[in-house]
Amino acid sequence: MDPPSSLKLLGSWADSHTHRVQLALKLKGLEFEYQEEDAINPSPALLLHNPVYKKVPVLLHSDRPVVESVVILQYIDETWADNPIMPADPFERAVARFWCHFAEDKLAPAVGAVFSSSGEGQKTAVDQVHDNLKLLERELRDGAFKGKRFFGGDKIGLLDIVLGCGSYWLAVFEEVMEVKLVDPGTFPVFHAWLKDFEEQNEVKETIPAIDKLLEYARGIRQMMLSLSNGTSTTAPAAAGTTSAINVAVDGRSG
Amino acid sequence: MDQPPSSVKLLGSWADSHTHRVQLALKLKGLEFEYQEEDFINPSPALLLHNPVYKKVPALLHGGRSIVESVVILQYIDETWTDNPIMPADPFERAVTRFWCHFTDDKLAPAVGLVFSSSGEGQKAAVDQVHENLKLLERELKDGAFKGRRFFGGDKIGLLDIVLGCGSYWLAVFEEVMEVKLIDPESFPVFHAWLRDFEEQQEVKETIPAIDRLLEYARGIRQMMLSLSNSSSSSSINNAAASSG
Repeated sequence: MDPPSSLKLLGSWADSHTHRVQLALKLKGLEFEYQEEDAINPSPALLLHNPVYKKVPVLLHSDRPVVESVVILQYIDETWADNPIMPADPFERAVARFWCHFAEDKLAPAVGAVFSSSGEGQKTAVDQVHDNLKLLERELRDGAFKGKRFFGGDKIGLLDIVLGCGSYWLAVFEEVMEVKLVDPGTFPVFHAWLKDFEEQNEVKETIPAIDKLLEYARGIRQMMLSLSNGTSTTAPAAAGTTSAINVAVDGRSG
Repeated sequence: MDQPPSSVKLLGSWADSHTHRVQLALKLKGLEFEYQEEDFINPSPALLLHNPVYKKVPALLHGGRSIVESVVILQYIDETWTDNPIMPADPFERAVTRFWCHFTDDKLAPAVGLVFSSSGEGQKAAVDQVHENLKLLERELKDGAFKGRRFFGGDKIGLLDIVLGCGSYWLAVFEEVMEVKLIDPESFPVFHAWLRDFEEQQEVKETIPAIDRLLEYARGIRQMMLSLSNSSSSSSINNAAASSG
């Protein structure tokens, strides 16, 4: 069991995958050093420790890197066994892993598409988000998570962390894009879960204040709109915008 | 602490590499199972019931409960039947294994699929992408996390061998059908040697279909894709190229 001071996290302040790792470390009561990374200008450390994807988050434990947020979460859980975030039962673990995959594979890209599109394309993206939320709502109401306070049971677990750190973008995009994503009337159980999750102390200490997120999202949206209207779309600016969108929305960081 | 193996049923498709992953893992664990062949164009009611989100193979049914997504299934198998482990015991090694599984399904497999479904300049770019990805694996085998090992899992086949190996035979198939070079033994000597060794294992030979069947299958789909791209309908291309869970 290594000294926790050997932990260092390379992350970005607005990145939901970084928040996942920060939250898990906090739930485990682990001290760690944090290094802020700029998505457009990755540090030498980031390039060294994540040569394949060159993205945050990267967890360094005694200088050995672990990358990909869901991989990092399981690593944390398996290395520090107190306050487990994965269930003990193999079937429940499979269910948790499946819905993590779903969150990354279907839900997050759909949410990202809402943000980066407009007109008919955006309407389609919103419908896609709703279809995905319906699947989760059904599992919460009648399926694998029926009767549970959190996806992890009485306490926050891995799937809560994965879904929860990212779901605040739903509220941000609702405001910035003026679309309705999580209507409490349509998704009552999911909505209740999200509000409960966001009230947890460790979560409040992890997720940035909504006004910072709103400002960030508005800035990116402005940039996207002006780039699509303007003539000068220099490659770095476009790339920077794309990186910022990807970091924010997180179809693409680890 | 084992469940009765006769309660295991696999919904799969014979040419599907994700199905092969599960078949191989069950075989390595010495588990009996019932197998049901699925037609991805016409999924059975059972498949729709047990995988309502993705409606794809493979789906593992155990004691009436369903587990889907091949890498999720592999870990479920390993955690339920603990003899002959396919995951390493050490958390860091487990993280390394999981990372390269993610890389395989996130980067390598789509690039290989693109080689098959593209042509001309697009195909050349896809081939380059496959080479870039293989270089990363070659480096890990030669100098990195897997240096000096016979298999990714060590002395015996492990989860990452299963994930990479069940799918890598398509490289040889596509090389032949598409007339492209994907795994040049000179450029990727360690990966090439690993793949040959993997394919010689008894359980692997019993799992992966004979190469002539795979060649026939791939040629058939390629023909269909080429004739469809000359006409208007593209739904069959999407079905044929549909990647499974």
